Amino acid sequence: MISRRGRWARGAAGVAVLFAASEALGRAGIVDRSYLPPASAVSARALELAGDREFLLGVRATLLAWALGLLIAALIAVPLGLLLGSVPAVNTGARAVVEFLRPIPSVALIPLAGLVLGSGLRMEVPLIVYASTWPILFNTMYGLDGVDPLAKDTLRAFGFGRTQILLRVSLRSAAPFIATGVRLAAAIALILAVGTEILSGFGEGLGIFIAQAGNVPDGTRDVLAGTVWAGCLGLLIDMVLVQAENRAFAWHRATRSGAG
Amino acid sequence: MTAAPSAAPRAAARAAARAARGLGGLPAALARRWLPLAILAGCWEAAARTAGGAFFPPPSRIAGRMRELWFSGPAGHLFLTGEATGDILPSLGRMALGLSLSAAAGIVLGLALGRSERALAYLNPILQFARVIPPPALVPVFIVLFDLGTQMQVASIVFSAVWPVLLNTADGARSVDPTQMDTAGAFRLSGPDRLRFVIVPAALPQIFAGLRLALSLSLILMVFSELLPGTSNGLGFELTNAQSQSDLPTLWSVIVLLGILGYLLNALLLAVERRALRWHRAAHLASA
Repeated sequence: MISRRGRWARGAAGVAVLFAASEALGRAGIVDRSYLPPASAVSARALELAGDREFLLGVRATLLAWALGLLIAALIAVPLGLLLGSVPAVNTGARAVVEFLRPIPSVALIPLAGLVLGSGLRMEVPLIVYASTWPILFNTMYGLDGVDPLAKDTLRAFGFGRTQILLRVSLRSAAPFIATGVRLAAAIALILAVGTEILSGFGEGLGIFIAQAGNVPDGTRDVLAGTVWAGCLGLLIDMVLVQAENRAFAWHRATRSGAG
Repeated sequence: MTAAPSAAPRAAARAAARAARGLGGLPAALARRWLPLAILAGCWEAAARTAGGAFFPPPSRIAGRMRELWFSGPAGHLFLTGEATGDILPSLGRMALGLSLSAAAGIVLGLALGRSERALAYLNPILQFARVIPPPALVPVFIVLFDLGTQMQVASIVFSAVWPVLLNTADGARSVDPTQMDTAGAFRLSGPDRLRFVIVPAALPQIFAGLRLALSLSLILMVFSELLPGTSNGLGFELTNAQSQSDLPTLWSVIVLLGILGYLLNALLLAVERRALRWHRAAHLASA
């Protein structure tokens, strides 16, 4: 077993080696610097962008679309998942529709949404909602599948109605699965937010910064700096959600490891 | 996702119970399953015909356009038209190439990293960062670095699809039961045999979970990389083309076709997974 500190040190060493390698490749002239600028130039530019007002406004626009889309998706998918997961008749009725819609790759809808909805938030948010609804919906239904029948029976014996049981037992024990679905959906929502912006090419947003930098000769440094920020956003979102999950559902993991 | 193997027998038991109840056999089951979709399509048809808007053409028109575009060719070509072979095949080919490269690289590297705690410690921050970068952000980079067209598109697919396979495989290879490794050691299994008979089988459910994610990501990136300028064929190119001409029936046709392709590819992967993991489920049922 490697200690926690050893793991940190080794990780830092790995990153340092990557930096040095990219620096060496650039300086030795093996890789054209305008094609693939060294990591030091990219990180310097990324730091500079952190103080750039226009860039930050773009990041804010992207995050707004992301958050709005994810929120609406959760508000649609969780109740729908509860309905589909608890009423078998609705489930059989909806299954074919769901199975037909889900495999459509969400980015294929971007050109259609561009024609029907125009550009900006109006077009970005519905696409994000569409793409991030699926993981939340399926995880909600999957979570309901594993609810302890004994707990439900107990509440039924005490005279609680169906909705009460659904909210008090099923929703609560499915919550960890729903949270996992939200975390998956958050990553997909970020892909869609950046992706639609790169394709639409004007307005404001992180993806638009990347797309415009890609059109300028010598713009690879800016493209990569923007990509570093996209990665940082992804990492931050992932870390926050994992932490929140661990904290909120400590009981879940405890009962799991106790049972397994 | 890790619990998927246990969901399958439950579904099978449910299906068996339903069959035992004798609810009219296969035709009735099919009808119950597909009737709602047919009703929905009917409603859309009626609404689209009465409203007459250009944005939402009736399903019959979309189906007609699909037939005309792709499936009205000569019988000798399986009724496929020149457009079908010129658009669908390049797209699928690039996706197959990208997905197989990511699967190969992801599984090999994942097994290596999963068995070497030290190597994983060195690379983990870099891998975790690469995983969370939204893949479309890198496509403009690949446009500069690679030749436009197939090379850039395959690179985009590989760079998005390799991470879930790699990280899931590493996770699976790392969590091999130590007793099993000790047993392999006691029987003096050689390195390759250990890999083949102990490590790979134990990691297989995780590898497939990674492959499922990789499949949907590579479908997304296949379309996305074809939507950008510098493409001359493929389904994504067909989409941009239809968009620029405001040809909505074609736009809808490509979307429906992509949905069908996605469904079929997913079904194919699930069938492979079920075959490959049959022993796994049996072993787990026996021990439970």
